[in-house]
Amino acid sequence: MPSDLAAGNNSRYRLVTTAAGDTLLQLTGSFTLTSLDRSFPTVTKELAKLASQSDASSLHWDLTDISQLDYAGAVMLWRIWGEQRPAHLLLRPEQERMFLRLEKSVSLPEQPRRILFLPISMLGKQLLRFLDHLTGMITLSGQIVLDLFFLMTHPGRIPAREISANLYRTGAQALGITAVVGFLIGIVLSYLTSEQLHMFGADIYIVNILGMSIIRELGPMLAAILVAGRSGSAMTAQLGVMRVTEELDALTVMGIPHSMRLVLPKIIGLGIALPLIVLWTSAIALLGGLVAAELQIGLSIHYALTALPDTVPIANLWLGLGKGMVCGMTIALIACHFGLRIKPNTESLGEGTTNSVVTSITAVILIDAIFAVAFSNIGIRIAS
Amino acid sequence: MAIIDPVIEITGLTTRFGSHIIHENIDLTVYKGEILALVGGSGSGKTTLLRQMLGLVTPAQGSVRILGARRYDCGREEQRKLRTRSGVLFQQGALFSALTVFENVALPLREMRTLCEGTIRELVMLKLGMVGVEVQHARKMPAELSGGMVKRIALARALALDPELLFLDEPTAGLDPALSEGFVDLVRSLREELALTVIMVTHDLDTLVAISDRVAVLADRRIVALGPIPEIITIDHPFITAFFGGMRGRNALRALQQH
Repeated sequence: MPSDLAAGNNSRYRLVTTAAGDTLLQLTGSFTLTSLDRSFPTVTKELAKLASQSDASSLHWDLTDISQLDYAGAVMLWRIWGEQRPAHLLLRPEQERMFLRLEKSVSLPEQPRRILFLPISMLGKQLLRFLDHLTGMITLSGQIVLDLFFLMTHPGRIPAREISANLYRTGAQALGITAVVGFLIGIVLSYLTSEQLHMFGADIYIVNILGMSIIRELGPMLAAILVAGRSGSAMTAQLGVMRVTEELDALTVMGIPHSMRLVLPKIIGLGIALPLIVLWTSAIALLGGLVAAELQIGLSIHYALTALPDTVPIANLWLGLGKGMVCGMTIALIACHFGLRIKPNTESLGEGTTNSVVTSITAVILIDAIFAVAFSNIGIRIAS
Repeated sequence: MAIIDPVIEITGLTTRFGSHIIHENIDLTVYKGEILALVGGSGSGKTTLLRQMLGLVTPAQGSVRILGARRYDCGREEQRKLRTRSGVLFQQGALFSALTVFENVALPLREMRTLCEGTIRELVMLKLGMVGVEVQHARKMPAELSGGMVKRIALARALALDPELLFLDEPTAGLDPALSEGFVDLVRSLREELALTVIMVTHDLDTLVAISDRVAVLADRRIVALGPIPEIITIDHPFITAFFGGMRGRNALRALQQH
C-alpha cells in the first residue's frame, strides 16, 4: 500500500490563494492515528514546512473539510501551530471542542533532577540500605528465636505439615539436580588430578584428594549454592506473590503470624534438608571421581573405598554436614527476609528474587570461609 | 438505533472448556455508536465472551468479526490495526506496575512508533485530563494509587489511541457509589465526544440503567434477551426476573422512569 499512502499524503492538503491575496491551507481527508499510520511523521513534516514558509498572519487554516479528526491529529496540528491557535482558523463545532480541550490541557512538569553529589548520595543510600537489610534480618532471626521458645512451651502448635512440605520441596525434589552436578564435578576433579598424580607414581593419593576436597569442601558448597539458587528464589518469589495477592495480609488478620507459619518452617525445613543433600551430593561426587579414577588410572573402587576412612578423618564429614545446616538456615532466612520485603509490583518481585539469590550465594561462600578459618586445625592430618 | 454499520458481528459462537459447554450457538451484533451491556449470572460466560471479542480466547466454533475484519484468521498487520482501533479496560485495571502513570498511558502511543516524544507527551496529558487525573499523579506508580484512580488511568490508557471501540470489563466494580457515578458520567461524556462504541460487562444495575442503550442477557448458554431495558424487563425468564425484580433492581428501574 505505499503508493496509496503517498497519494494520500499529497491529497491531504490544498494550498489556495484567495481573491484577497491570502494563502488558504485546506486540509482534507482523514487525520487520525490509524489512517495516517506510518505517514504520520511525513505529513507532520510537510505541514510544518508549509507553515514555516508562509507568513503566520496571512496563512488561513481551513479544517472544515477534514472527514475525521482524532486527538492525535489535533495534537499534531496544535504542535505545528506552536501550541496556540493560528490567527485565521476555520473549524467545525466538534473540532472546536477538541481544540478547547487541548487549550485546557496542562503539560507534564519536568522531573526535578538532583545530579549534584550523585556518587556520594548513591553510596550513602547503598550503605543505608545495607544497614536496613541487616537490621531487618536480625529482627527476623530474633523473631524466629522467640517463636522457637513459644513452640517449646506449646508443642501442639509446631507447624509440622509445613516443615514436612518444605522438606519435600527443598530436599527430595533437589536430589536429581544435585546428583547430576555432583557426579560431573567428581569426574572432572578426578580426571584433572589423577593424571598429575600418575606422573609422580602417587596414584593412591587420589583417594586423599577426592575424599578431602569433596567431603570437606566441594560437596557442601555445590549443594548449598544449588539449593540457594533453586529453593532460595522459590521461597522469595512465593512470599512476594503472597504479598502481591494480599495473602500475607489475610494471614495476619486471621491471627497467623508470618514468622511462625511461613518463615520458621522454611528455616527448619532447609536446615534439615541441606545437610542431607550435602551427604547425598558428596557421596555421588565421590562415586563419580572414583569411577573416573578407575577408568583413567585403573585404581580399583573397592580399594579406594576401604582406604577412604583411613585417609579422611570423620571430622571432615561432620564439618561438611554442619556447614550444610548453617548454610541451609541462612539461605532460608535470607530468602524469607527478601520475600517479605517485596512491594506489590512486578519489578520489585524480580529485583527481590535476584537480590535474594545473590545475597544467599554470597552468604554461603562467606560461611564457608568462616568455617575454613575457624576449623583449620580440625580434620586435617598433617604428615609428620 | 438506525440501521448502521455493525461494529461487531458474532455468529454461531460455541465455547467449550473440556466437556463443559459455556456458550452454544450465540449470535450477537453490536452497532456503531451504541453502548451494549452484557449481563448474566456468575459463570455464565460474560467475561469469556468479552475475551473472545478481544481475541484472547478462541471459540470452539463460530466467527467473530470486529470492524469488518475476522478476529482469528487475519494477517499480522491487520491484527495490529484492529488492536489499535479498540481499547480495553480490564477489571483490575491491569496497569503495568513497573511503569509510572504517564508511561502506562504512553506505552500504546510509543508502540505506534510514528509519534515523536513531544506529541506523545501532549497526548498523554490530554487523555489524563479527559479522565480527570491531576498532573501531580502522572509521575506516581500504580501501587501508590487508589482503586478509583487506577480505573481512571486504565481508561485513559484504553483511550490513548482514540479507539472507535471500547471494551469495559466491570467498569464500576469495587468503586464507591459516588465514584461509580462519576465513572458513568465520564464514559457517557467520552462516548459523545469521541463517538465511541462501548461493550461492557457489568453487574451493577445502576450503571446498567444509566448508560446502556441495549442489554444482552446471557443465561442457559445463550443470549436469552437482547434489547433496551424497558423491553428486557417484560421478558419472562427466571434470571431476568431475579436480576431486575429484586429490591435493587426495582430501585434502579424507578430511577430510570423518573428520568
